[in-house]
Amino acid sequence: MNCQTTQNLLDGYADGELDLVNHVEIEEHLRDCPACALIYENQKALKSAIADSSLYFQAPPDLQKRISQTLRASDRETTRLTGKWLWRLAPALAASVAIIVLALLFLRPAATNDEILAKEIVSSHIRSMMANHLTDVLSSDNHTVKPWFDGKIDFAPPVVDLAAQGFPLVGGRLDYAAGRPVAALVYQHRQHFINLFVFPSTGNSDNGAAVSVRQGYNLIYWSKSGMTFWAVSDLNLNELQEFAQDIQN
Amino acid sequence: MPKPNKAVNFEETILPHLDAAYNLARWLTHDGADAEDVVQEAYLRAFKFFDGFHGDNARSWILKIVRNTCYSWLQKNRAHAVTTEFDEEQHGVVDHDTEAVLIGNIDTQMLKRLLNELPLEFREIVILRELEGMSYKEIAGVSDLPLGTVMSRLARARARLQTGLVTCLKGELK
Repeated sequence: MNCQTTQNLLDGYADGELDLVNHVEIEEHLRDCPACALIYENQKALKSAIADSSLYFQAPPDLQKRISQTLRASDRETTRLTGKWLWRLAPALAASVAIIVLALLFLRPAATNDEILAKEIVSSHIRSMMANHLTDVLSSDNHTVKPWFDGKIDFAPPVVDLAAQGFPLVGGRLDYAAGRPVAALVYQHRQHFINLFVFPSTGNSDNGAAVSVRQGYNLIYWSKSGMTFWAVSDLNLNELQEFAQDIQN
Repeated sequence: MPKPNKAVNFEETILPHLDAAYNLARWLTHDGADAEDVVQEAYLRAFKFFDGFHGDNARSWILKIVRNTCYSWLQKNRAHAVTTEFDEEQHGVVDHDTEAVLIGNIDTQMLKRLLNELPLEFREIVILRELEGMSYKEIAGVSDLPLGTVMSRLARARARLQTGLVTCLKGELK
């Protein structure tokens, strides 16, 4: 190693930051080169002179105390501000809670009503198939079926025959759903039966057809002219929708 | 909500390095009262960001904040101290005197003056290296510089100090 390289690496050597190979090479060079050795000695002298404790400024004794106090004050301030914010947010939080509660009270039960009803309708439909009690009045004549409901229920369900559209009327039955007696009209399409439940609407508004699927049965329900209709069948949804269209027309 | 033991934690890990913080601030601002202000501000900042400290090297962590606080403070209060540029070309050649013997001939007051006259970015590296005994890597971390820059600045700062001391020595001898 020559003098130039040695002098370039001398700082790293004095600071113990060189890799072993360079460190050993410089050590050898310093042993043989008085000029570089003097530079190194001066380097060391400077290092130890700077490291002299009189050049190190100790923190004033009260600085630590003052910093601790400032930190605690700022900590309290943060706590206080957080508290303040909580109070400021309180009305908003209360409003949020109120909205959620209202939503639970009004929205959920509405959704749940349809759910419960859908379940009832499907159960009625299944029962009507299983117990061989599809119809109370077996007639494809709507003029026979409609009067049959007279006196049995407090409303007159619209009864239409859709034989021309491929959904012949099979008959009628008295059933129970939505907490009241309802009219069940039975239609047939090929080998499939359709139960159409009809009862007076609770509200006045007409509702467009909505679709639901439960236990493999398709349901279509709507409200029109003060009546609520639920059509349920194992028929595919497309054909059931055709049926619902025909009923509505 | 702040963690109840954040302040305790902070006092246990960061406060012990108060001397190092003050020493650096004192060397960078040249003034005791200013250094206290800077250190206090730096510690408040450090406390605010203490959640981001993961306990690897507390001294490096707080010194980096002190150093940055110093630079902001100097920029605001003594813009010339920061903008004074050290001409690397002019002072770039590290030229060693191969005759003067410094051992036993260093006047501490003179050395102190020379250190104070070093440009800011050279002074901080000498302080971190010689007074804090930090490794090149630690210094690079605190000063946000590449390792090579730390090494070249340190070499140049020392050459300048040596030249100053030798000049002083020769003057006295004459």
